[in-house]
Amino acid sequence: MSDRILMQGNDAIARGLVEAGCAVAASYPGTPASEILSSIDRWRKKCGATMHVEWAVNEKVALEIAYTAAISGLRAAVIMKQVGLNVASDPLLSAAYLGVTAGFLVVSADDPGPHSSQTEQDSRLLAMMAKVPVLDPASPAQAMALAATGIGLSEAFGVPVMLRPTTRVCHASQDVDAAPFRPPAREARFVKDPARWAATPVFRRKLHDRLAEKVVAIAAWPATAPIRVNPEVSPAKAVVASGVAFAHARELFGELGISDRIALYQVIQPYPLHTDFIGHLLETYTEILVLEESSPVIEMQIADRRRVRGRMTGAVPGTGELLPEIIERLLSRFAGLPVPVEVLAVQGGGRRPTLCPGCAHRSSFYAIRKAAPAGIYPSDIGCYTLGINLGAVDTVLCMGAAVSQAAGFDYAHRLSGKQVDIIATIGDSTFYHAGIPPLIDAVVQGARFVLVILDNGTTAMTGNQPTPGTGIGAGGEVTTAVDMEGLVRACGVRFCRVANPDRLPEFVALLKEALAYARESGVAVVIARQPCAMVTLAAGGKEPGAIVITGECNGCRHCVDRFECPALIFDEASNRVRIEEMICTGCGVCVYVCPAGAIRQELAGEKRS
Amino acid sequence: MSVDPGKSLLMRRQVVLSGLGGQGVLFLSRLLAEAAIAGGFPVLTSETHGMAQRGGVVVSHLKVGGFDSPLVRPGRADILLALKEENVPLHREFLADGAALIVNAPAPIDAGPRVWVYTVDADALALSAGTPHAVNLILLGFALARIGGGNAGGFFCTAGEIREALSRRQGAAGGRLAASLSALDLGIAHGT
Ligand code: SF4
Ligand code: SF4
Repeated sequence: MSDRILMQGNDAIARGLVEAGCAVAASYPGTPASEILSSIDRWRKKCGATMHVEWAVNEKVALEIAYTAAISGLRAAVIMKQVGLNVASDPLLSAAYLGVTAGFLVVSADDPGPHSSQTEQDSRLLAMMAKVPVLDPASPAQAMALAATGIGLSEAFGVPVMLRPTTRVCHASQDVDAAPFRPPAREARFVKDPARWAATPVFRRKLHDRLAEKVVAIAAWPATAPIRVNPEVSPAKAVVASGVAFAHARELFGELGISDRIALYQVIQPYPLHTDFIGHLLETYTEILVLEESSPVIEMQIADRRRVRGRMTGAVPGTGELLPEIIERLLSRFAGLPVPVEVLAVQGGGRRPTLCPGCAHRSSFYAIRKAAPAGIYPSDIGCYTLGINLGAVDTVLCMGAAVSQAAGFDYAHRLSGKQVDIIATIGDSTFYHAGIPPLIDAVVQGARFVLVILDNGTTAMTGNQPTPGTGIGAGGEVTTAVDMEGLVRACGVRFCRVANPDRLPEFVALLKEALAYARESGVAVVIARQPCAMVTLAAGGKEPGAIVITGECNGCRHCVDRFECPALIFDEASNRVRIEEMICTGCGVCVYVCPAGAIRQELAGEKRS
Repeated sequence: MSVDPGKSLLMRRQVVLSGLGGQGVLFLSRLLAEAAIAGGFPVLTSETHGMAQRGGVVVSHLKVGGFDSPLVRPGRADILLALKEENVPLHREFLADGAALIVNAPAPIDAGPRVWVYTVDADALALSAGTPHAVNLILLGFALARIGGGNAGGFFCTAGEIREALSRRQGAAGGRLAASLSALDLGIAHGT
């Protein structure tokens, strides 16, 4: 008996992997891929499969763990977002040469748009560079199917296979046919073969040849060949699409009534593009329009530049998401229909995202600006990137760069004979992910800056996955908790102190002390420890309603402009601030922030009824 | 539950839900999607995640009845549910001519020509009922009562089917379900 249930794309990918008998899954959270691993854990519990499921410390480690399972005879998957694939690219390129003995799927979710990423990069290009086949699903249901296809493809050819969903697949939901689980059983057995698994450059050269041969064979594999949607007609023009751009195009083909005029193909495997398909396209059609996100991966592989239009020729916008309204205009033009006028999205307006009410990062940033008003503030990737609103984030490059950039700023200014106060911020999860090697480097090089580790005990930005400091595993099980202070000290840091940033005056004093130390002696680390407000709220929350604004409020706007708690609302009519009780957590930090002393926290006994 | 092709032909609805992070937009769109599936319709939704949830604008698209694309194009939505009045100018463009705009606002608003506008002060209702987190369900209840379900121009499901979907979702959680149902009823009462 099967059942149709609502599945998010990420849920569906997870289900496909568990159904395919994937035994090891490792991931580092990143939007839009974050839900996949927790979903794998849910499905495995549901079907009673024996698996190793883990939130790894970063994507490189995650890939290496899953890959090793796949050379030990167990099907495995590693899951990340496109920026995480950069971190994991080192082992991926080698893994492609060495190959696998059991199915190995690399799920890398892209974010055309980009909605919540530093870049719009196309993971399919990296697959092409690594010479691994990549599958590009158009919907949650297809993502589930292709997860299994990918495992099969990987096993058939002994190569890693990439599944590349995009935000509109990961975070779309659909009614999906949930068949009963039938995960195949396997046993781990690593067969030693040093010439392969520990190959030296001489062998690597041969392995590269073998990989190239596999790619040629994969470009003829029937199971992933392009699909013709309307085979009954034989027109002169064709649209070739992949991913969600195909889904938009298919719907529009129906609405515009052009199915009898233009051929529509879905490419499932953008790399390597099926060789016969390229031949067929060029023999059959006079004009070919390619719709894909985000880079011209398919277009590049169709050699005839005069008949092919797409992102490379400028016929399709070169960057950004291919929204259905954009595709509607492209298809209309291609079909010779009147082109609808462009509806421009409303510019500006809308609230900008901000740290949650009661978020302790807000206190940390406020304190940082107080302690070093003329400082430089390198920061990193996470909720706390929103510290930009508070003027306490000057740079954001990539995971872990807050620490290396802090050191870089010190060296650069020192060369010019200057000493600047530098306070870098990094979250706990980011610190474990990529902050430790640069911290060691900074200590050894004698860099002088303060590093504030914003330790809220979770990976908040992506949905509160556990960090190594929590001692909790992907399935909620208890594991060993890493001691952050000990780790920092072991990196060679002599000044390492832990404090609660919500106690603002003490925290500012501590930062000043750390700055004085850093100026003289090197790296100082302050661990700002306070749980994420989302977690606190979910666990029952703080006491709201205990905060009042007294008549002393003179409308100076300091708390609204500089502290920016969303629960503090400036009321133009009365020229005073009021508390939005719906969202105030009662954390009480604003009490310290108001220069006029107009914000008071009532004690439990004197609360209004 | 299986898809009923006959029903899908009759009912095609595109709904946009708009609000701020923390208002429960995603919960509402999943609830509606599950009610649609229970009613035998194919469904596709698309949600915003990530940064936007930190108090920023959150929008969810919901397409019921045989679509391929998870996104609603401008000028195509049958219904826009706005949990925050300030979002109306941002998402008004999605509405088709003759479509329904349901807004959480303290007073009637002007949303331009060719749309039906229904307002309710869901914030005030939620506060007075002591359920500040149920603004989403109050607005949905109001909308169901105003434009109806299962009929032309209305939703693809009835208030009763939403109640069932809520019970399937929150049945195990005990107290949550009772609070959710009474928020839905409060909205319905204000819409009838
Ligand atoms: S989710 Fe947690 S860490 Fe992120 S802004 Fe909200 S309270 Fe702060
Ligand atoms: S107590 Fe003050 S700072 Fe804390 S959430 Fe309420 S208004 Fe914001």
